[in-house]
Amino acid sequence: MNQIASLPRRGFLQVSAALGAFTLGIRVPDAAAQGAAPAATPEVNAWVVVKPDDSIIIRIARSEMGQGTLTGLAQLVAEELNADWSKVSTEYPTPGQNLARNRAWGNMSTGGSRGIRESHEYVRKGGAAARMMLVEAAAQGWGVPAGECRAANSTITHAPSGRTTTYGKVAEAAAKLTPPTDVPLRAPRDWTIAGKPLPRLDTAEKTNGKQIYGADLVLPGMLNAAIRDCPVFGGKVASFDAAKIAGMPGVKKVVQVGETAVAVVADTWWRAKTALDALPITWDNGPNAQVSSASIAEVLKAGLEAPEAAVGNRAGDAKAAIAGAAKRVEATYGYPFQNHATMEPMNATARWTPERCEVWTPTQNGEAALAAASEAAGLPPAKCEVYKIHLGGGFGRRGAVHDWVRQAVEIAKQMPGTPVKLLWSREEDMIHGRYHPITQAKLTGALDAQGNLTGLAMRISGQSIVAGIFPQNIRDGRDPVVFQGLSPGGEEGAFGYAVPNLLIDHAMRNPHVPPGFWRGVNLNQNAVYVECFMDELAHAAGKDPLEFRRALLKNSPKHLAVLNAVAERGGWGTPAPAGRARGLAQIMGFGSYVAACAEVSVNPAGELTIHKITAATDPGHAVNPQQIAAQVEGSFVYGLSAALYGECTVANGRIEQENFDTYPVMRMAEMPAVEAILMPSGGFWGGVGEPTIAVAAPAVLNAIFAATGKRVRQLPLKHADLRRA
Amino acid sequence: MARLNINGRVVEITVEDDTPLLWAIREQVGLTGTKYGCGVAQCGACTVHVDGVATRSCSMPVSAFNETQKIVTIEGLSPNGDHPLQKAWVALDVPQCGYCQSGMIMAAAALLTANPKPSDADIRGEITNICRCGTYNRVQAAIKQAAGGNQANG
Repeated sequence: MNQIASLPRRGFLQVSAALGAFTLGIRVPDAAAQGAAPAATPEVNAWVVVKPDDSIIIRIARSEMGQGTLTGLAQLVAEELNADWSKVSTEYPTPGQNLARNRAWGNMSTGGSRGIRESHEYVRKGGAAARMMLVEAAAQGWGVPAGECRAANSTITHAPSGRTTTYGKVAEAAAKLTPPTDVPLRAPRDWTIAGKPLPRLDTAEKTNGKQIYGADLVLPGMLNAAIRDCPVFGGKVASFDAAKIAGMPGVKKVVQVGETAVAVVADTWWRAKTALDALPITWDNGPNAQVSSASIAEVLKAGLEAPEAAVGNRAGDAKAAIAGAAKRVEATYGYPFQNHATMEPMNATARWTPERCEVWTPTQNGEAALAAASEAAGLPPAKCEVYKIHLGGGFGRRGAVHDWVRQAVEIAKQMPGTPVKLLWSREEDMIHGRYHPITQAKLTGALDAQGNLTGLAMRISGQSIVAGIFPQNIRDGRDPVVFQGLSPGGEEGAFGYAVPNLLIDHAMRNPHVPPGFWRGVNLNQNAVYVECFMDELAHAAGKDPLEFRRALLKNSPKHLAVLNAVAERGGWGTPAPAGRARGLAQIMGFGSYVAACAEVSVNPAGELTIHKITAATDPGHAVNPQQIAAQVEGSFVYGLSAALYGECTVANGRIEQENFDTYPVMRMAEMPAVEAILMPSGGFWGGVGEPTIAVAAPAVLNAIFAATGKRVRQLPLKHADLRRA
Repeated sequence: MARLNINGRVVEITVEDDTPLLWAIREQVGLTGTKYGCGVAQCGACTVHVDGVATRSCSMPVSAFNETQKIVTIEGLSPNGDHPLQKAWVALDVPQCGYCQSGMIMAAAALLTANPKPSDADIRGEITNICRCGTYNRVQAAIKQAAGGNQANG
């Protein structure tokens, strides 16, 4: 169980007890209720608390949103701790504690598939240092050299005398020792807890209704808020008539939230929402009220030919190569806005007084949530605190921007002392997203007389996430994140193909719709652009798409290895079952190498069935293989939902899709079989939550071409007529 | 005012007639295992059993219910979280974020009541709940496991 650190425990217990006579499922997120008192147990270090009963709490700084990082990071700590895994549970340190302790837990940001790949070293050192201190404490107690003692399975043994003790018995003494400075780490080949396909630590409570999400939180005296923000980005509230709903059941207050939103606070959320729906609001729609998907597409199209662009990757002289080509191939692709559509809509519970502000919220970045709370509260961070609650999905929406936290605090500020839970409706969530950026790309390839790719130019036109969220990180008009998977090198996505004359550049065009980091980020559309175009080039050259790629990947052995793996296991080069066809894709991103082979069929009515996807991942080191497989499967649901259906369109400056009826996502009936091949080659640490998303769509699109001869260049697929020509 | 029979007990709640059953369960009764996802019966996160039938509680007003209808939520599916589906879910480590899983399990439980040995096609046809993390394949495998193995293919 992951404890909700520092909940106002007594208050929560009172709520639970009041309902307990009837309810079966209200969870008591409170170790005190089980007779232990965590506050009385000193930590061995920031990462490890061992209680007298030998139970172990491992502190996890990153946020669990389904990706399994809670279990994976605990495995890394427990590995070096030589812990009895059956006694391990986890808890989140709070962002306020991290701040007060000079960031003892490092970065809390949970995105970019960085949870494990960027903290593996210091969390393992935390586990190793704690083990060394526990052993030292036991040795001191026995009056023997620590070098004669060994730790295994939470037990310390002094071999010469045969004496044993447990971590729980020496933890208090260990906590008083000076931490070691030289902390060697175990080689991954010697792992016994890390690297194993262990079950997740947080599964049981997700099967019986006991897992508490932000939307489920109940605090004593808490009120509930529903909100409506101006549907047009850049607009604001002109007026609203609170008197019209003042008498509705349960309504406590109607408040303006900043310049752009209105919220109703009521005793229950349903009553708040019902009253909000009845509230007359007049909007000042602002300068973007005429913007449409068509007008945005025109702006992006112009960017495809613009003289000015920021260069992401250049070699040789692409223009000259194209001018002198025996055969020239050109295509333009496009990728739409998409909403994250987490299953749990945005929410936060806030309590504000002139002295202190507390926020309970599902967040991918507790420290960013704290900063947002502090700013909205008008209080320094030291007087604020954020308690992280499990996320009902994150996918990037709950990381960089905490608009809902600001709103919750601004509402709570208008009701000092009263905790208020703000929950967005699905509709609010859909029209106030931080959307997958919209881009187009024009690709031009040069083939010589033998069908070799001698030149490639790729112009991306469109939105920059970084410009929208971290504009201070734009240098000379260049957003480096735009080039994920296309860069000359680096772990965020090295372009694997050796093309002698290459130019990849970006004409930044930022519509008013706010962009966000969306699971897979820019790797998603870049993989569609490059991998579908590679397929086009192979066909234009009269070559097999696998052989065409292999020749270009000769200097990129890791890219090549995953591609070869999916080709072999996916049956490339052998006849597909009747009526089916296959497509390939590969890319590198988030530190990992990934490839996919999709097998599809398209019936005479043009209906697509995705039968199977074989996917390979090389993340360097693999911490929990069965969870990596789960991430690969899950990533395909996300990636294929995007490819098949994902599209938010703009009319009159606002997003048109408000719920799952107009923003469909993939369901079980459409889910292909997935074979996940894990091929960790060691020596580096790559992410696993995102990279494989990127190969889902291009592998399927290339298979559709193989099946139908139709090349889909504008996503989503729902607009494409796949009937054979 | 409404009288609801939830998880084997009759509870009297004070609420407007048009309040969706979901919100009565969550806010008046205090059982939060049943989730709000869309409010328009699209996603299935709010699935409960009404007399054994999987029902999307976000789109049914409490006025449609009385104490003779047996409503079961995820909290009441089994005494100790040990319904065969819950055990299979744990054995196969199905959930990711977990938010949709109460509804998934309730939909699956109703399916198994109606069809104890569902084929893959039955499962894929009947379970229409949305999961954004992408647990569908493990959900399907867990339902098969709970149903007693893999003999019913197709």
